[in-house]
Amino acid sequence: MTQTDLRTHAEEIHDQFEDRLDVSADDVEERLETLVEEYKVPLEEARRSVTNTYLDQAGMERDELGGGPGGGGGNETVQVADVDEPEQWVDLTAKVVELWEPRSDSVAQVGLLGDESGTIKFTKWAKSDLPSLEEGQVYHLKNVVTDEYQGRYSVKLNRTTGIEERDADIEVGDQDVTVEGALVDIQSGSGLIKRCPEEDCTRVLQNGRCSEHGEVEGEFDLRIKGVLDDGDEVTEVIFDQEATEALTGVELAEAKQMAMDALDTGVVADEMREDLLGRYYRVTGPTFGRYVLANETETLTDATDPETALIRARSI
Amino acid sequence: MSSAPTREVARRVLAREFNDATFTFKESDDERAPVYVLLPTGERANRVFLVGTLTETEDVGEDAEYWQGRIVDPNGDTFFTYAGQYQPEAASMLRDLEPPAYVAVVGKPRTYETDEGEVNVSVRPESITTVDEATRDRWVVETAERTLDRIEHFTDETADGDEAIGDEYVAMAREEYDLPVENYRRAVVDALEGLEDAEADPEPEAAAD
Repeated sequence: MTQTDLRTHAEEIHDQFEDRLDVSADDVEERLETLVEEYKVPLEEARRSVTNTYLDQAGMERDELGGGPGGGGGNETVQVADVDEPEQWVDLTAKVVELWEPRSDSVAQVGLLGDESGTIKFTKWAKSDLPSLEEGQVYHLKNVVTDEYQGRYSVKLNRTTGIEERDADIEVGDQDVTVEGALVDIQSGSGLIKRCPEEDCTRVLQNGRCSEHGEVEGEFDLRIKGVLDDGDEVTEVIFDQEATEALTGVELAEAKQMAMDALDTGVVADEMREDLLGRYYRVTGPTFGRYVLANETETLTDATDPETALIRARSI
Repeated sequence: MSSAPTREVARRVLAREFNDATFTFKESDDERAPVYVLLPTGERANRVFLVGTLTETEDVGEDAEYWQGRIVDPNGDTFFTYAGQYQPEAASMLRDLEPPAYVAVVGKPRTYETDEGEVNVSVRPESITTVDEATRDRWVVETAERTLDRIEHFTDETADGDEAIGDEYVAMAREEYDLPVENYRRAVVDALEGLEDAEADPEPEAAAD
């Protein structure tokens, strides 16, 4: 760590606060230096800590900081598929693909932005006081912050975000993946499950308990957490209620009846294992962390032609 | 991102090669480290997926139930699978199934040394399910492709003589076995020809599902 580095970071932080706080770049540098040199805190963490101290002093929220780390107004303009790190300040040109119903009063708008490379969730806070985005409209968005939750990225619009309408249309890309293989496992937490009924909480109950809300009267749901394996790679696939019903032909009501007759919810997953394991499937859908969410599932029953493999085997 | 331990892939291997895979090893000294068998085509296997014809089941246990299942691939070579009290679902499948039937097995390779000093390779099933003939045929073609992938890789790696083998499992297979990979290429050809013949001259329905 050189002094010049510290100085550069100190000046960047100083620039972000100079309108709001009476602090000199020297003060900032001293704080950074104490953390980095004396307490051996990594620079990124030191920077975060010092920034938070000044945010507190100024009574500001983090998203009120213009420019963000890196300072200045010039962010990188990125494609949504390139977003692979949280807390980056970026610019995007994207179309509002969908608007969803906000689940909280603090959110003004929430939905899906898309460009040629794919789609990404966005959130616009109520307190940021930004103009309304319209479905189907393309915007150039300056100064949005990336975020990550369970391996899934999103962007947050904030007070400093610039919104410009664009006339051009965008052909939104498809981020779905297709995986093929034998279903080699149906994991625990599959079959007839119960979810927490609390608003905004859909956690799966363990022995009638939600990890957040304690003992609750759960709501039944069907799900399969499966593993597809093609001999080279394994992919974990989640089938939601609709996909599970389509795959197994067993609907939720019937599954409940099966469980009731057997006095055990486990019979549902057992029957699914018997019907599905060891067979070949092709699954298409978006990824969620390490999972593929099954939108379309095809059972591969057609015979495969041995001829190509035979020619290959004979030519070695 | 997630740092959960990655699940072991299920290798595709014909019985002729599988039964030759008598050498086992671990990648670390940890007691719970996964055990691998070394496939003679130069790949490690901690899990296998196989589909074949269950031809015979037998309780070979002395005190407790211990079920043996014989599963035959298109070459007539046999996978042996054993399930006891620690694999209750698989054991009850073997107890209940009426051979002949097409079955799919996901399981762990295990080796066992007999009193005569011979090493037997078998599968300890995680699951056994009945499947149809199309699934079996698909498995044969897939297993042929995967085996050819390994053979080609082995041949590429060993083309320059003994010196320059970069792949550690190919090197290990050369070290531990004296088994020409040509054997397994021939097994692939036999298995695929078997499928072709069956298509040209459909046999009467085998096991009804």
